[in-house]
Amino acid sequence: MCTDPSQLDQFSWLACYLTTPKHMALYWSVGTVLSLLAITAPAALLFGFGGATSARSRITPLRWFGKGYIAIVRGVPDIAFFLFFVIALDQGFEWIRHQVKCPDWPDPIRQGNDFIVCAAAKMPLGTAPQWVHETYGFFLAVLTFAIVFGAFAANVLYGAMRSVPHAQLETAAAYGMTPRQTFWRILVPQMWVYALPGLGNLWMVLIKATPLLFLLGVEDIVYWARELGGAKTARFTDYPHADWRMWYFFGLLVFYLLFTRVSEVVLDRLMKRLTHGQATVGGEAQRKAA
Amino acid sequence: MKKLLLGTAALAVTASVAFAGSHSVVRMGTEGAYPPYNFINDAGQVDGFERELGDELCKRAELTCEWVTNEWDSIIPNLVSGNYDTIIAGMSITAERDEVIDFTQNYTQPDPSAYLVMAGNEGVALEGAVIAAQTNTIQASFVAEMGATLLEFASPDETIAAVRNGEADAVLADKSFLTPIADEGGDLVMLEREELIGGGVGMGLRESDGELKEKFNAAIQSMKDDGSLNTLIAKWEIGAAF
Repeated sequence: MCTDPSQLDQFSWLACYLTTPKHMALYWSVGTVLSLLAITAPAALLFGFGGATSARSRITPLRWFGKGYIAIVRGVPDIAFFLFFVIALDQGFEWIRHQVKCPDWPDPIRQGNDFIVCAAAKMPLGTAPQWVHETYGFFLAVLTFAIVFGAFAANVLYGAMRSVPHAQLETAAAYGMTPRQTFWRILVPQMWVYALPGLGNLWMVLIKATPLLFLLGVEDIVYWARELGGAKTARFTDYPHADWRMWYFFGLLVFYLLFTRVSEVVLDRLMKRLTHGQATVGGEAQRKAA
Repeated sequence: MKKLLLGTAALAVTASVAFAGSHSVVRMGTEGAYPPYNFINDAGQVDGFERELGDELCKRAELTCEWVTNEWDSIIPNLVSGNYDTIIAGMSITAERDEVIDFTQNYTQPDPSAYLVMAGNEGVALEGAVIAAQTNTIQASFVAEMGATLLEFASPDETIAAVRNGEADAVLADKSFLTPIADEGGDLVMLEREELIGGGVGMGLRESDGELKEKFNAAIQSMKDDGSLNTLIAKWEIGAAF
């Protein structure tokens, strides 16, 4: 049916147009963005938890590390971090692999502008198929997002841990709990209600930050929307059209709005649940209503 | 998700295998947004003059090649850091770029640059006009030097859109890129005036990659000698023949 699009009526033309393999790449990239979020969010939370616990650790070097991580990553602009860090991370991996796999390599690694490691140390190997390169790029992206958003999450959790009423911790100590038991049984379960507004904000920002993926060479929805929406001349496509970027970006706008709306609803419910039985204004209101 | 899991597994497996040849697969980096040189076709694949040329060169040099797209802005840094092995993206050979990377011999004649303006605006005084060009191109530096107001965009497509919506008075780009757009009829027309800038298009390689450069140089020379390069140039209408 789609062999000669110029002969089709409007509706079937649109149907054919929206199902070209190129559009399939756009739909596939929606999956990329969603899976990035699905992996990054828990990873960032983990980084944040690690950062917050080490920032309030009693071991001085660990405390310095935690505080340094929060301060440095939060202070550097995202774009600079994304451009610098991913290249540095990639080269760092290759440098380590180079030292392990090619100890007898005679040439210097840095030759002018070039960064040359032996072929066996390339990440991924030069011989690997394209999808391995794409997957590797994706994981670099996840790691970078997790580090950046982990620093913000660490700050939120650090604040939340300090918001838990001190009397709770003292009572735990009076009952003979060790610091470790106090941390896991008293502090952590109660801190979420204080952390959730901040974490919810972070989640919203993370959703909207996914277009940064393209900076990392991952072809995300914004890339495909721009590529598909640009004006096309009849010589190079079966579906010539004028500049349609506005419509594609409108589609993106609707997608992101729906996504953040759904997130808000879910976060609200979660908040209600966490507030239950807490010594906060919200918890008190729930108790009176019941 | 399944693909991702497979990906990590495959990474782990391939990582433990050692390889002898330095270039068993050559990764060809292109922009994919600059017809007729390179663009993404309806099937989502890289297509165009450079796709055909590159595949033929790889065949002649007996290399296995794979195509990768990368944004124009970061196309040189990513070559240098080894994300791919060549740039084949309508990149003119200039002294500035030659300081950072190496070029093969040129595979197109210097293509004159032309101006595209809205129909009815042909009389615009270019020296005082707002002219759109793609960032980091020879056209962008030319406009900056001629004294007109330069409006830079990340992709070629956006430079055309800027003229259509009145943001810029004209766009300066390679003539072979503008010709199909002007031929489309409609609202955009090409000016008579042309600028002879650039020294022809070549493939970009890392400076340390001399062996690969020689292989491609030899392949380009053989395509020049037997006339097959001219056939491709005529087919895709890329300026003058050799």
